[in-house]
Amino acid sequence: MKIFGVAILAACFLVGHFIGEELGRFFNLSGNLGGVGIAMLLLVLLNHYLKKKEILKPETESGILFWSTMYIPVVVAMSATQNVKAALSGGWAAIMVAIIATAACYALIPLISRMAKNSQSYKPESNA
Amino acid sequence: MHELVKLLDKNGLIFAFLVVGFIMYVSYIASKRLTNNKIPGAAIAISAGLIIAYFGGDKGLASVSAFSGMALLGGSMLRDFSIVGTAMGASLTEIKKTGLIGLLCLVLGTIIAFFTGGTIGYLMGYTDAKSFATIGAGACTFIVGPVTGSAVGASSDVIAISIAIGVLKSILVTIITPFIANKLGIDNPQSAMIFGGLVGSTSGVSAGLAATDVKLVPYGALTATFHTAVGCLLCPSILYFIVNYYL
Repeated sequence: MKIFGVAILAACFLVGHFIGEELGRFFNLSGNLGGVGIAMLLLVLLNHYLKKKEILKPETESGILFWSTMYIPVVVAMSATQNVKAALSGGWAAIMVAIIATAACYALIPLISRMAKNSQSYKPESNA
Repeated sequence: MHELVKLLDKNGLIFAFLVVGFIMYVSYIASKRLTNNKIPGAAIAISAGLIIAYFGGDKGLASVSAFSGMALLGGSMLRDFSIVGTAMGASLTEIKKTGLIGLLCLVLGTIIAFFTGGTIGYLMGYTDAKSFATIGAGACTFIVGPVTGSAVGASSDVIAISIAIGVLKSILVTIITPFIANKLGIDNPQSAMIFGGLVGSTSGVSAGLAATDVKLVPYGALTATFHTAVGCLLCPSILYFIVNYYL
């Protein structure tokens, strides 16, 4: 049943958020430390395990896939509910910082990608 | 009319499905007819969302009555839920390949954003250590900014600027990524993870990748979600201490 997939997704989501909250508390920060990322890793591991054991039914999987395809519509709704006016009224300081800091991060991408490629060529097994 | 608004407000989430479905339908048609699929439909839909939000209030379109359900559909709960769902498309072997470099990107991305952001802020008149750190943290993501600001005790207008910087960054990343992804070589899981780790803003990275190539979303989102975590750890602590020492 599809709901099994949705339930698996919900379990990963909640466990991830719980760990994230606890980590936040541990480091004395208000907020969730990487809960979403932890939840994603859990789902990747679980998916890997269930597929290897061949016990993940396509019907169950489609319950998770439905929510992953809802991602773009959700992002569209998210953009439509941003405080765009306030972001633009942050003034020139905000706009300059945003543009230059973002550009600096982008500039590093090709550099590190190349580094990653070079380091991989020494490990033939990772080219599979 | 009043009755209709009441009905739509009461069934806000359902109406939001209809509204978003409509925005996406129009955007995909525009992508095909006007740009010959050169500009992805998702990119048009997301940009359209941002433009619509400009004419709304502090919650964008959701501030307009009848559209309040948009806040639920686009809120953090469903956003995170569907992001986690995209992990189904990610393969463990691809993630393992980038593991260490991904971690390096997270730290490097935070440091670069922090110091570039803080320096520009410094040049524009925010010269004390608290403001430097808060503005620099805002250049990481719009969550790191206020977290850092309240941790170091920055003034509320600086915190507001840091949020604005973070939001602007995610908007910039959303709009720019589909256009320059090819030039930067973001076309495989590894570079998507590097991109997510360096740039960070989860909403921007995943929206930008969604408009570039949907298959890359889980990889970028995976590292990007840790960017906020790393930022929240480093900015109010070690990076702030460094700034405080020199200013």
